[in-house]
This record gives sequence, C-alpha cells and structure tokens, in this order.
Amino acid sequence: MLPAHSIIFFTTASGAGYGLLFWLGLLRPLGLVPGGRDFGLTALGLALLLITAGLLSSMLHLGRAERAWRAVTQWRSSWLSREGVAAIATYVPAGLFGLGLVQDMPGLVTAMGLLAAAGAVATVYCTGMIYASLKPIRQWSHPLVVPGYLALSGFSGAVLLAMLGGFWGSGFAAPALLALLGGGAAFLLKSAYWRAIDTAAPVATAESATGLGRIGTVRPLDPPHTQSNYLLREMGYRIARKHQAKLRRIVLAAGFVLPMLLALLALLSGGPLAMAALALGTVLALGGLLVERWLMFAEATHTVTLYYTGR
Amino acid sequence: MTCLPEIKPGQKQLGLVIDLDTCVGCQACATNCKEWNTSGHSAPLPDIHPYSAGAEGVWFNRVHSFEAGEGEQGRTVHFPRSCLHCETPACVTVCPTGASYKRAEDGIVLVNADICIGCQLCAWACPYGARELDADAGVMKKCTLCIDRIYNETIPEAQRQPACVLTCPTSARHFGDLGDPESEVSKLVAARGGYDLMPEMGYKPVNKYLPPRNRTSTAAKPVEDAPTPMDIQNPLLRWVDRVLSR
Repeated sequence: MLPAHSIIFFTTASGAGYGLLFWLGLLRPLGLVPGGRDFGLTALGLALLLITAGLLSSMLHLGRAERAWRAVTQWRSSWLSREGVAAIATYVPAGLFGLGLVQDMPGLVTAMGLLAAAGAVATVYCTGMIYASLKPIRQWSHPLVVPGYLALSGFSGAVLLAMLGGFWGSGFAAPALLALLGGGAAFLLKSAYWRAIDTAAPVATAESATGLGRIGTVRPLDPPHTQSNYLLREMGYRIARKHQAKLRRIVLAAGFVLPMLLALLALLSGGPLAMAALALGTVLALGGLLVERWLMFAEATHTVTLYYTGR
Repeated sequence: MTCLPEIKPGQKQLGLVIDLDTCVGCQACATNCKEWNTSGHSAPLPDIHPYSAGAEGVWFNRVHSFEAGEGEQGRTVHFPRSCLHCETPACVTVCPTGASYKRAEDGIVLVNADICIGCQLCAWACPYGARELDADAGVMKKCTLCIDRIYNETIPEAQRQPACVLTCPTSARHFGDLGDPESEVSKLVAARGGYDLMPEMGYKPVNKYLPPRNRTSTAAKPVEDAPTPMDIQNPLLRWVDRVLSR
C-alpha cells in the first residue's frame, strides 16, 4: 500500500496526542504528575495541538476536503466515521478539563480528565479498526493491529508526558516508568506482529482471484494497459526486502529501546540530565513511530495485485 | 446510508455473467464502457496525458490476460475485471459519508459523487480493484452497471443493456437478474458451473464467471513435412520416383 504522508503524520501525531491526553487524565487524579494548573494546561495544550494537527493532516488525504464534515454521518457501519465521531466527541471533555483547570474546579478536572482518557482510547481503537477491518489487506486485517495502535499511542503519550515532567523538574517518575513499560510492550507487539505477517499464508491467490486454479497454476500474461494506473500506485506499492529489515531494526532500536534506556537514565539520574534524556527520548520515539507507520503501509499488500503480478 | 439492504431469497440482483471460454480479449467491452460512461451517470472518466507517455485514466472495466496450467493443458485466458456488485460489499459499509450505497431494488452498487469525500477507503476495502479515484473530481468512480442504459426508456428496448454486454463480439458477456433462479443468466450459470471470484473473502459477488470448457481431445500434432519430388536432386532418381509413385 502507498505510504501516504498525510496519514502517516496523522496517526503518529494524533496517536501521541491521544496517548498524552489519556495518561494526563488518568495520572493527574492519582497525583502521579505535577498537579499545578500550568503543567496541566501545558500538557493538555500539547495533546490537543498534536491531535488537531494530525486530524487536519488527515484531511489532506481527501479528494474533497471541504466535504469532510459528512464523514461523521455513517457511524453505524463505518469505522472511519466512528473515528471521526470519537475524535470530535473527545474535544468536549478535553475542553472542559481545561476549563476546570483554569477555573480551579478539581472535581470537574478529575471527571473530565477520565472522560477525555476514555475518549482517547475509543478514538485510537477506531483508528486501529479502520485498518483491521480491511480483509483484502492481510497485514492490516490482523489481530495484533489494534493492540499495536493502542500500545504505540500509549507509549508515545507516556514519553511526551515524561518529557514535560522532566521540564518541570519533578513528577516524571510515573510517566517515565510507563514509557519503559509501553516501550517494552510496543517492542514485543511489533516483533510478534512482524513475525506473524512474515510467515502467514496469503488470504487469496491468483488461482482463486481468477477462478482458473481448476486448470493449473495461474500466471499473469498481459496487463490491461501498458501504462500504470491508480490501482497499481495506491495498492501495488512494494518495499524492497533489504530496506524492510533495516527499517524494522531502526524502529525497534531508535523507536523503542533507546527511549526506554533514556527513560531509565532519567529515573536514575534526575535533574537537568533527566530533562535532556527525556527530551531526546521523545524525539527518538516519535521519529521511530513515523518509520513504523511508514512500514505499516509499505509492508501491506492488497489482493488486487494478484491480477497484475500474480502475488 | 452505508448499511446494506437486507437481501431476501429471490430478490432482484442485477449483474453480469462473463464467459471466459469465449472471451477473446479484444478490449471492445472496456472501450465501449469508457465511451458510454465518460458521458454517463459517473461522467467524466478522466484521462491523464491521453496523447503522450504516461497515458492513463479511470476505467470501470479492465481486461487482463492470464496463462493457466502447464504444457498441452495450458490455456491463455482473457479475463475482464470490473465491479461484481457484491451482496456484502465492504466498499459500501466502510464509507464514512454515505456516498457509497447498494440499491435495495436491484442490488447495484453506486457512488453518489455529490457527497463522496474521496477518502479512498472503499478502494482499499474492495478485493477486486473495482474502485478508482478520479483525481480531477476528487471522488471515487466505479462501474454503474450502465444504470443509465438499462432503465433508459429513450433507447430501443433491445439496447437497454450494459454497454460492455451489447458490444461484445463473441457474446461472452451476459446481463440479467442473478437473484432469480429462473432467469436466463441464472440458468446459464447453473449449466456451465459459473463461479465467484475470491469466495474466501466472503463478499458474495453477484457477477459470475463461466470457466473455459474442458478440451474434448488434445491438440493435434503438426504433420511431419513429407518430401516432394522436387526435394530429390538427382534427375534420374526423380524420374524413378515419379514412375514408382503412379
């Protein structure tokens, strides 16, 4: 599948934003992040900035962005529509969370923080389900795809929250610990996912796609046209195997392991070193996630290519 | 509304039956499809660089050619590919705007170009590659089963069929109600063992393909060239050959 830059940025940025919102809403009532108004507003502002930038980026993928509002109407059947509804709905508790912080209403802050956290999970779950529900793309229609989106969102959100805690000089222990756990979970999930998609059998074959398997093996002879087309560009994108292995190692090392080590360093050292380590860890984690999301598309194959290449 | 209409047994399901035994891969169906539909319900079907290198565009129907089998049993099969107007089309249910829909009255899957946002999720959801983005209009386009022909009362009744069916020089394409087991197309499917493409996907295509017929005998071997009298260089021996051949 063609790695569309708008969607790669969208799922990475919004995923991190929702992860940050989730941990903020959850950890603040527990007193595990700095409790002051400024920290809360800064973290909320960063989360909403990332979410909004991502959502705006996703509109660049549309042929008719001015009609984007219509996308919230078909929530009964469409995961994309549900994602839109969840994303918009989450702004409400997130906004009231901010209002509670400004007006110093602890009860409202706690309640809306938890609601916003729930909205964040729901939105990222819908994002994952958009991909997981597409049967023709076996690398997406996989049981580890939704857990992967949730884990990566949680991981990047924890990394961001730890970084903000580092800037505040205190209260980063819990998010840094969560970043460690999230990074570990992401590492295991993605490793298991890549093993699974590398060994899984294709969902369909050139024989079943044409029904000509009754005669024997099927090989494409002539394509319909001598030039390329939309289907081949959008669905026929393939990544070179040697690059694939290298990029996977980059994701695991730069995206997960190094940020985990830096979080550990921050936990052990504290002070300005912790701030620097957590900031660097955030940059690495988000960069790694961009590569991971690019791979998510580049590694995915669509059954329509059976008609063109037989594979 | 992108929820699918409930399909009861015997309900009208218009579709195509494509005979892979008689299709000669002439591309007439694809050409006439383009010709009719570029000014039809989903018009236009854009072309990019139509008169230079990199010419391409939106086509509802694309004719592939495959080789199947080995040796003497091997066949070249021409294979037209278009929307199958599935009973459970995920291209419809994934649509976030309601632009994609399956008509309850005849099962035709259509796109409402006025509300499509061009998110392309339907193209991802279709295993058969039936949907293409019109990059000019920013909306998705697909086979309409010539909805503007089959119900068109301004053209002679005999012509109220999809353009691809009308134009096929070998009558390899048939149009009719596949929901009615007594229709001509349903009988044809039953008689010839018509089948679904990628049944494992579970989309339940309405369109059916008829397999190439089994060969009754293997192809005859080429006859060895027999020598003619002119192959004999020696004039004396040539005369002897002629005498003995009488």
